[in-house]
Amino acid sequence: MTVEKPPLINPYDNLPSFDLAEPKAYSPSEREELLRRYYPDYRPDRKTTLHVGANAGDVLPDEIASILESRSILSKNVLPAVPSTPDIEVDLLVIGGGGAGIMASIFAMEAGARVLLATKLRVGDSNTVMAEGGIQVALGEDDSPVQHFKDAYRGGHFTGDPELLSVLVREGPDVISWLIRKGVLFDRDPSGNLSLRKGGGTTRPRLISAKDYTGLEIVRVLKEDLLNSGVTIWEFSPAVELLQGPEGSCAGAILKDVDNGSLKWVKANAVLLATGGTGRLHIGDFATSNHFGATGDGLVMAYRMGAKLLNMESFQYHPTGVIYPSEMAGMLITEAVRGAGARMFNRHGKRFVQELETRDVVASAIIRECEEGRGVRTPSGHHGVYLDLTAIDREMGEGTVERRFPNIVKLMGKHQVDCTKQPILVYPTLHYQNGGIASDTSGRTHVKGLYVAGEASGGVHGKNRLMGNSLLEVFVYGRRVGEEAAREALERKPFSWHEVNLGHVEGFQKNLEKEFPGTSRPEAPILFPDYRKHSHPDHA
Amino acid sequence: MFQYEAPEGAQMIQVWINGKEWQVPEGLTMIQAMWYTGHEVIHGIGCLGGVCGACAAVYRMPGNFRLFNALACQTLVKEGMAFSLIASYPTQRAQYDIEQIPDAKEGLFTLYPESATCRNCNACTEVCPQGIDVRTSVWQAAFGDFKGVAETTMSCVMCGLCVSRCIAEMAPHEIALYARRAYGSRELAFPENLRQRMDSVASGTYDEELERLSRLSPDQLKLECGVK
Repeated sequence: MTVEKPPLINPYDNLPSFDLAEPKAYSPSEREELLRRYYPDYRPDRKTTLHVGANAGDVLPDEIASILESRSILSKNVLPAVPSTPDIEVDLLVIGGGGAGIMASIFAMEAGARVLLATKLRVGDSNTVMAEGGIQVALGEDDSPVQHFKDAYRGGHFTGDPELLSVLVREGPDVISWLIRKGVLFDRDPSGNLSLRKGGGTTRPRLISAKDYTGLEIVRVLKEDLLNSGVTIWEFSPAVELLQGPEGSCAGAILKDVDNGSLKWVKANAVLLATGGTGRLHIGDFATSNHFGATGDGLVMAYRMGAKLLNMESFQYHPTGVIYPSEMAGMLITEAVRGAGARMFNRHGKRFVQELETRDVVASAIIRECEEGRGVRTPSGHHGVYLDLTAIDREMGEGTVERRFPNIVKLMGKHQVDCTKQPILVYPTLHYQNGGIASDTSGRTHVKGLYVAGEASGGVHGKNRLMGNSLLEVFVYGRRVGEEAAREALERKPFSWHEVNLGHVEGFQKNLEKEFPGTSRPEAPILFPDYRKHSHPDHA
Repeated sequence: MFQYEAPEGAQMIQVWINGKEWQVPEGLTMIQAMWYTGHEVIHGIGCLGGVCGACAAVYRMPGNFRLFNALACQTLVKEGMAFSLIASYPTQRAQYDIEQIPDAKEGLFTLYPESATCRNCNACTEVCPQGIDVRTSVWQAAFGDFKGVAETTMSCVMCGLCVSRCIAEMAPHEIALYARRAYGSRELAFPENLRQRMDSVASGTYDEELERLSRLSPDQLKLECGVK
């Protein structure tokens, strides 16, 4: 006998009429109050004070504290013995195959180093490939790297590292020219110049893009050049622990082949962490726009070795992640749609925030609407607000959405939402790790022989990041740190494999036992998020 | 922890994953259906956002002889669907340095001589999960219209499903990548606004001011950068 179930409620069945009246601008104190009450970084709940390691005393999200104050995944009791010889010996080991890792590997190879790139999934599977909106580079006649610097510093709430920023803006144009010479196609204006668009929080139009496929266009090209470069590539081989050499330096890493579980011991004069961000930890139970592997492995390994972290309490919750249809939860709708004129409405059809406020303010306003009952309920029981792209076509001409945002139109269309005619239901999505491993302008961390580049690093963006600056960081610092790490690896005083050990992990675990006596600690790096529902011990 | 939830009240439907029968709620993607049934998916998963091309899949529907293709992270399961992931499709890829090829147009036939052997069956276009007119792009490449290829294939995620169907056994996505790169690197004029900015950076125009800013105290720097 079959039981009739009620039909699913479709949030599109009863759309309110949209009132276009513009909400008033927030005063600085209103903005501050909004952030304090609703932005996840500033809320006191779901936070832990660290007790162990270089950042002891920091108050961080539970999920970050949990992976930092964790035990090795290599053994419950005794760590594996170092084998008599390593499986491979290289000058530079690059961990991570996204934008930063690929750039670093190509340039390290050109600098004469023997390079191994190890990555958890395939080369290119990363947040870089998903970047939609564009890259900031100061090319306008009334613009300059100095102006870019000022915007980025202000956008980071005056917490970014001025030296790191200054390198970023100065080397930006050159690294973009390298990409173009490799055949990356950025949008051009009719005179052949790179088209410049406006992003949130900047005083000049400064975003170059490849429609809304910017990351994909770049990664397709870079991946091919990496495969042709002579770099040794091990895919499906995440690093699970760093190796310690003379005087607490980094001397390589242990990789785990995810297909057969075997451990590969890598001896390296230098190790570059390009492991990206942490969206898949779902901080605060937020959905994420990040790729499947964004689990913060580099942070875990570096922290055990004594590296310092910076601004790890600070994350970017991108205001407009898809919340319905539920299977798309977390998928990003680029800020560029708001730059082009998209509007947001609550359940009553009222606008509730000026759409081009900074990302943290817009996200907070959406959370406020939903918490105060003005959100739209989805069939999965979540809430969101309407993001309406139809205003773009009304104001800029029929077909603009389709032409400028083909990827969004295509992806929403696959889920029966025609976003050229219907609004998209959105809620903030965990998008970017603002902080990360502290480093200097050459990517050197506090641990000798250990380098970092890309989203895994902290400092450039301070506590907030403007659209398009992370993609620039990935390429500027990927190249720069790759070259620097290669040079220092080639110059490093030779050391013997017999000097290599896991003493730092043992020491860290002893400290854990001291601080948390008798309690079991989580194991990390976690490598992959686990969404399985059945046939799995955790769900039994 | 966060979970991808099926809609409240979702009906259970029957699907076949890698040939085995399962019951899953409607409203899940193929990948989510695999998680729901306890599969650990590592090969065949990447961005989960429809752009990395890791999750190419093949499926059939009951009572329909046709073979369908899709990206598994973007495609909802339907009643009676039978699907498998094609996590990787073997492909020949050319070795080249795009800046060093003597003649970009000729280069295509040196690197991918098979690119002129299209038999016009259009299977590549039919299989493309991105809806790209792949056959047209192959002909555009063969006729040297690399700009056309760039426009036609902009949304290519390099999943390789076109390779799986090509009766001429070519790799249309690799051919398109070469043509796009040759267009961008060798045919399209270098952007003038970028050239000018590179020149002024190289001649040190901004060095002094950037160094001055870097040396300011946090309070002074805040003052200088705070005003729009």
